[in-house]
This record gives sequence, C-alpha cells and structure tokens, in this order.
Amino acid sequence: MTEDISPLLGRLGPDALPLYSWVAMGGAMVTVAGGLGFLAIVTWLGKWRELWSGWITSVDHKRIGIMYIVLALIMLIRGFVDAIMMRLQQALAMDGGGYLPPEHFEQIFSSHGTIMIFFMAMPFVTGLMNFAVPLQIGARDVAFPVMNSISFWLTAAGAGLVLVSLVIGKFSTAGWTGYPPYSGVQFTPGVGVDYWIWAVLVSGVGSTLTGINFVVTILRKRTTGMTLMHMPMFTWTALCSSILIVFAFPALTVVTAMLALDRTVGTHFFTNDGGGNVMNFMNLFWIWGHPEVYILILPAFGIFSEVVATFSSKRLFGYPSLVYATMVIAVLSFTVWLHHFFTMGAGANVNAIFGIATMVIAVPTGVKVFDWLFTMYRGRIRFEPPMLFTLGFMCLFVVGGMSGVLLAIPPINYATHNTTFLVAHFHNMIIPGALFGYVAGYMYWFPKAFGFRLDRNWGARAFWFWFTGFILAFMPLYVIGLMGMPRRMESYANPDWQPWLIIAFLGACLILLGIVSLGIQLWVSVRDRVRLAAEADDPWDGRTLEWSTSSPPPAWNYTELPIVSVRDSFHEAKLTGKPIPTAPLTASIHVPRNTAVGPVIGFAGFCVGFGVIWFIWWLAAVGLALVATTLIARSFADDTESEAFPGRGTGIS
Amino acid sequence: MTGPIAEAEKLLLLKASGLMLLVVVPVILMALAFAWRYRATNDRAAYSPDWDRSRVVEITVWGIPAIMVGLLATMVWDKTHALDPYKPLPGGEPLLVQAVALNWKWLFIYPDHGIATVNELAIPADRPVSFRVTSQVAMNSFIIPDLGGQIYAMAGMETQLNLQANEPGKMQGRNMQFSGTGFPQQTFDVLAMTEADFDGWIERVRASDQALDDRSFAEISQPSIAAPVTYFASAPQGFFAGLLAGSADMPHAADTTAEGAGN
Ligand code: HEM
Ligand SMILES: [Cu+2]
Ligand SMILES: [Cu+2]
Repeated sequence: MTEDISPLLGRLGPDALPLYSWVAMGGAMVTVAGGLGFLAIVTWLGKWRELWSGWITSVDHKRIGIMYIVLALIMLIRGFVDAIMMRLQQALAMDGGGYLPPEHFEQIFSSHGTIMIFFMAMPFVTGLMNFAVPLQIGARDVAFPVMNSISFWLTAAGAGLVLVSLVIGKFSTAGWTGYPPYSGVQFTPGVGVDYWIWAVLVSGVGSTLTGINFVVTILRKRTTGMTLMHMPMFTWTALCSSILIVFAFPALTVVTAMLALDRTVGTHFFTNDGGGNVMNFMNLFWIWGHPEVYILILPAFGIFSEVVATFSSKRLFGYPSLVYATMVIAVLSFTVWLHHFFTMGAGANVNAIFGIATMVIAVPTGVKVFDWLFTMYRGRIRFEPPMLFTLGFMCLFVVGGMSGVLLAIPPINYATHNTTFLVAHFHNMIIPGALFGYVAGYMYWFPKAFGFRLDRNWGARAFWFWFTGFILAFMPLYVIGLMGMPRRMESYANPDWQPWLIIAFLGACLILLGIVSLGIQLWVSVRDRVRLAAEADDPWDGRTLEWSTSSPPPAWNYTELPIVSVRDSFHEAKLTGKPIPTAPLTASIHVPRNTAVGPVIGFAGFCVGFGVIWFIWWLAAVGLALVATTLIARSFADDTESEAFPGRGTGIS
Repeated sequence: MTGPIAEAEKLLLLKASGLMLLVVVPVILMALAFAWRYRATNDRAAYSPDWDRSRVVEITVWGIPAIMVGLLATMVWDKTHALDPYKPLPGGEPLLVQAVALNWKWLFIYPDHGIATVNELAIPADRPVSFRVTSQVAMNSFIIPDLGGQIYAMAGMETQLNLQANEPGKMQGRNMQFSGTGFPQQTFDVLAMTEADFDGWIERVRASDQALDDRSFAEISQPSIAAPVTYFASAPQGFFAGLLAGSADMPHAADTTAEGAGN
C-alpha cells in the first residue's frame, strides 16, 4: 500500500474534505450546520438534561419508538434530497449535460438506496413496532428494554456514519447492493465502500437484536387471554417480520464482514483473483435481501389492516386468512432470492423454479388485497388521512405487484433486468406499499403518542401530493425501462428518454410538496394541539387494546393489565358498554431505570466503524473495549428498576 | 430492428400483462367503487359491521390468484426453457463471438475468422450468433436490447447468450451493470448485415495494421471512456480461454465453462 498511514489518524488527511465539488461542499455544509444548529437550540432552550434523561438514556419502548421515527424522518429528508438531485441530473443529462460529475452521481445513488432502506425504512418500521406492539398486546414494555435501547443506538450509529461520510471522505459508489468485485479494493480503493460496509454492519447488528427482542416480546409478554389468534393484525405482521429479521440479518452481517475482510485484511472471498467468487456474495446478499423487502412491507400490511378496519367501522374481513397469508409469505420469502440474478447464467430449470416460487408469493398477497377490499364492503368509510394512504396503496400496489410478476418471468427479466423498469417496480412496492403504510401508521398512532391528532387537511394534502407525485415520478420509468434505459445512468445519448425523465423530475417535485406538507402538518398540529387534543384517548373509534389506555400512556402502559377474551377487545367493550376486565394490581409497578448503556454502545460502535474505515486502529480498539466493559459492567448492576406506581390494596410493594 | 428472441420476449410480456390486467383492473375499480359507495356520509348503503367471513369469498380470493399464478407458472416453465440464453437457436451453424468486458469498452473476438474488434460487433442477419461472455474487470452485463436477452460477464467465468437479427441494420449494445465512471458510455455498435456484406467487413478488419496480442491487449485494457472502434487483423487462437484462466488464477478456473452456467 502506497498511502501514508499515520498511527494517530490512519489514512485520514486534509484531502478527506469534500473540496472536489461545489455540490458536495454544499451538502457537507448543510449537514454540519444542521448538527450545530441542533446543538445550539438544545443549549439555548436549556434542554440538555431533559434530552439526556427523557430520551437518550430512556428504555421506554414508546420513547425509543419515537426516536426511531424521528431518525427515519430526518433520513427520509436526506434520502429525498439525493433522489431529487438524481432526478434533476437525469432530466438534464442528455448528451453529457447536467450538473453532477459521474463520481458524484455514483455516490448519490449509492447513498440514496442505502439511506432509504437501512436508515429510513428500517427505523420507521422498527419505530412503529416499538411504539405499538407492547400496547397492542397489553404488555408493560418489550422483553429486553435495555437491549432495545442498544438496538436503537447502533442504528443511529450506522446512520451517523453515512452522514459523516458526506463531510469526511466520500461515500461508496457501488450502489446499495455493494456488488464485488467492483466494491473490492481493486476497483474502489478509497474509504467509500468501507463507510457503506460499516454503516450496514453496525446497524444490522442493531436490527438483529430488535428481531430477537420482538419475537420474545410477542411470544412471551402477551396479557391474559391474548391468544395468538386474538392478536391485532399489526402485531401478527410484526411477529413475522421479527422472525424474518432473526433469520435473514445474520446473512447480511456475514457477507458485509467478509467483504470488509477482503478490503481491509486482504482475504479473497469475493475478489477476481486468489480463488474468490463473486457469485457467493450475490447469493448471501439476497438471502438477506429478499426477506428484507418482506421485513419492510409485512408490518405495513399490518397497519393497512388496522386502518382499513378502523376507518370502515367494521371487523377485519378474513382475519384467519390474513394471518395464514402473512405466515406463508414469511416462509416463502426465503425461497426466491435467485430472482435477483436470473441473468447470471443458471440453467433453465433453476431459473424457472425460482421464477415460479416468486409468483407463488403473489397468491397470499392477492388474498390480502381482496380481504382489505371486503373489509370496506358494507362498511362506513371515513376518509381520514390514514385511510387515504391505504386507498392509495390499494390502487398503486397492484400495479407494482404486476410488474413484479413480470420481472419474475425469467425471459422478461433478461430484457428488463438492470433497467429503470426494475427501479420503477421496487419503488412501486416500497413507496405505496411500505412507506404509505408507515405514514398511515404515523398519523394513526400519533395521537396515542402525544395526546393530540395531526391536522387533517394537511394530511390529506400530503397524501394527494405523494400519490400524484409517485405516479408522475415512477410510471415514466416503466416506459423508458422497456425502451432499454439502464439504471444508474449519469448521462445518456438517447433523445427519446429525455421527455419521460423530465416528467419524472416533475413528479419528484410533487413528492417534495408532499414532504413539505408533512412538515407543515406537524407544525400546525403542534400549534393547534389544544384543539386537536379532543378525544385523543380514542380519536378514531379504535378497536384494539392500545386505544383503551390514556394518550399518551403512562410509562407502564396499563396500570391494571387488561384481560381479553376476544379479538378487537376494545371495540367489544364499547359495544357492550362494559369496560375491559383487568387484573387487580397487587404489587407496585416497577419500570426499568434509565441507563446510558445503549448510547455508550452506540457511540462505541460508531468508533469501531470509523476507526476501521480510516485505519485508525487505536480508535477501533478503544471502541471494542468500550463495548466489552459496558456490557460487563452492566451485568453487575442489580438495582436496575425503580418503583413507578404504588400497589393498590395490599399496600406492600 | 429486432430478432426472434426479442420478439418472443415482447410477446410474452404482452401476454402475461394482459392476463394479469384481468385481475388488476377489477381490483382498482373495486377499491374505488367500494370506497365511494360505502363512504360514511352515504347512509343509503348497507352496513354490516360484523360481517367478517364468507366461505364463498374466501374460496374466490384464494382461488383467483391461484389460478392466475398456475397459468403464469406453466408459461414460465415453457418459455424459460424455450428462451434459455444458453440454448442454440435453430437455423444452421451459429457464428461464434467471444465478448470480453473491459473498462469501459467491449472486445469482440471472432475465433473462426481469427480477428477481433473493439466496440463494434458485426453479425450476419438471419443467422444465429452464439456469444461467449467474460469480463476482465468488475462484473458487467451484456445486452443488445433490440435483439433481447442479457447475461452477466464475470471474470474467470464464461457465460453464454444466443441471439439472432432478423434483417440488416444498425443497433446498439451495452453494459447494463454499473461498473464505474465510464459505465454510461460503455456502448458498442451492432451492425447486422447480409452474408456478403459480412464477408466484406471481415476483409476490412483483416486489412487493419493492428494485431491482438499481449501488448495491444494491455493497451486496450487501460481504462478509457467511449473508446474508438478498433480492428485487429489477427487474434491468436485460444486468446479467450487464456483470459478466462489467466485473469483469475482461480482454482476453479479450469471448470469455468460449466461452472459459470451453474448447472
Ligand atoms: C421519495 C421519492 C423517491 C424518489 C424520487 C426516488 C428516486 C430514485 C432514483 C432517481 C434512483 C436512481 C435510479 C437509477 O439508478 O437510475 C433511485 C434508486 C433507489 N431508490 Fe429511490 N427514490 C425515492 C424513494 C425511495 C424510497 C422510499 C426507497 C426505499 C425505502 C428507495 C430506494 C431506492 C433504492 C434501493 C435505489 C437503488 C439504488 C442503487 O441503484 O443502488 N427510494 N431512487
Ligand atoms: Cu466461478
Ligand atoms: Cu427479491
């Protein structure tokens, strides 16, 4: 290696600053200004203590859930800035036009994909699970509250690495999939791919812990009478999604760790020489990657199920079907990964079998769509914003499902693989499918979290901008994909593509208005919170358990744990006029004390990643040591809970 | 410009889309119709808040997607075998072309004629062409959109693609898999011509004063963007096999022919 590596700073030098382009410089400055601005505001308001003890060190699942969603919304903005920059570049880039040099465009599609999947969608869905699942099953918290905090801070550490790459060094140019050998040191020697690897690795460990936590929580922490078949649909989907996380994420951790070894230590797992085999990377990556799309979308299906039943004022149609369909999807999602590389040259039998397996997933998915339709049938539908997003989902998602089945037909895939047809397809699943669900969930549970509803008009406006913006931004990509336009193009020479790309840019502008509307909605709702607080305990005429507690709920969720005997137990209680029976409180309620273990481990994880990326070995070692000592120290702490609510009746605690 | 493979793929796309639209369109219409009909303000519509199961509906909603997928699955099985990129096309002895991905250009070797070119691929129209594809750099993906098909190009491995052009004309082929800065411009001209024109083209390439050898190969292996078309009057026998084995000194490079196929 010809680089100078200093013991103190590794390969970090002044050339790490983004002086290579004005656009990159601007992005770095905005990021730094955002960070400093946040610190300044917290200091100015004197909120450091509250931030530390109320949020950073909190192990309350509701607060952790909210922090996940805040992280997701921040990263949504960052990911969207990347997206609209690409859209503008491609709208202009006919015959080498445009404003972004190739090296910069490559970083942007890589960071956009990475951010949107790992640091927008994953935190969003994890945040919603965190907030809603324990409430829905009548639990006081998740099974492992401290581990939950560790999960969050590891995710935040990964997001931090991506954000830092904007200012110090460069991000990967290898796309969100990081395929070798391109992502090997032979072709991409800088720190970019290392940033990608460590961001994904560190946050991936956090996700695995989340999966374990929620499987145990849902299986072990349900209140009396909450049998599996009494669980709300969202909890079911959260369970399936968590099981998928537990099985799938280790593959991602292993494959990124192997790539890290190739790059940093000089092994040959995936190199062109030395016996490496790139095909192993693709297999391992997609053995995680395909289940990942279901990890993201199943909980969104759960939210749609809750929303459609609530706002149709009707029981969810075909609940057992929906449960089985979810389970079937979860199992099948491990059997189809090869459809991401039909063009690798496998034989016709292999391709056909994986193509058919992929289509089989369309059956349970189709069942779900029909069950939602029949939930609306003979209902009394209220068009509140969560319901609008659900309707938008139903209309657009079937189109994405159709293009997905087309891509699963190998001969069609040979022609459309790696084109913008594929880009249109996965955005069609992930925006109307996953993201619309998350936004619906955010608006649906917001009153439970904060005690007031979100403004309805701005919510509706946000919906219409997202809905029309999506159509304009992505339908043209189907067309030019069939015309043969590859994905990841910084410039092109085909004049037929340009009009479509201009339309796609206009669509992205509408989506921008959708994001702005979400911001305004939050602003006016906070301003009008007193008016919007009416009926906040149960603002939607809810059906499931979480609407039976106060908004916001106490730290311990339910003072007396409910005893359920039916599905939709809160709805039944309102119908019969009898409150949900509860278990008398005999002892005082203890909640886990705040602890700095989570943030410290997250910080340590960041140091390990940053240290290895820049070859600052002492920093990586310190980070690892910090993780070990924190965990050991924590295992000796015995006073980890405090009394939060005195027992009634017996008087003993 | 088109060819039998592209035509078959297009037909398949239309058929499968048509079949699925039979379900997709009604679903969208149902969503809109139900939402409108059962809006809360319409109190003339029926309201059955506890209706949550129906055997007929259950059977239908599992049945319709299952039938649809059954139909599509037979289509997939047939067409994946019929349009297997490795399957030789009918219509006589194919022309053999070896394609090598470089940064950011394509080298084509015609082993039967002992010639090679950079960024220009001439083929006789109406005669099958059989490609052997590999890469000397990162993974690439070889495609000629007008003719259909697509196959990865991976170092140390050989993949195959069989195509044919229906009539003479000019097309463009390219790399579809992002491989670095020059990727957007990594295209090549595809010239489909009559047998006679093709023979003339071979002679023109043979008239070049350059030969493909280790030195000239090292030269074209230098990364470059939008490299000019280059003709090599001669290409040594076994050059492609040498690249396959040498590029990687991979232990499994010897069995790459079968191994790249994965079957
Ligand atoms: C909000 C509006 C969005 C717009 C306008 C947008 C736009 C884009 C564009 C222009 C590309 C590059 C396409 C190409 O390679 O030619 C892209 C790629 C991608 N987007 Fe989005 N996107 C949006 C939202 C999302 C969301 C919500 C997700 C996931 C949760 C997502 C995930 C991805 C991924 C994974 C890639 C592939 C990156 C790669 O090539 O490695 N996008 N998007
Ligand atoms: Cu191999
Ligand atoms: Cu997949």
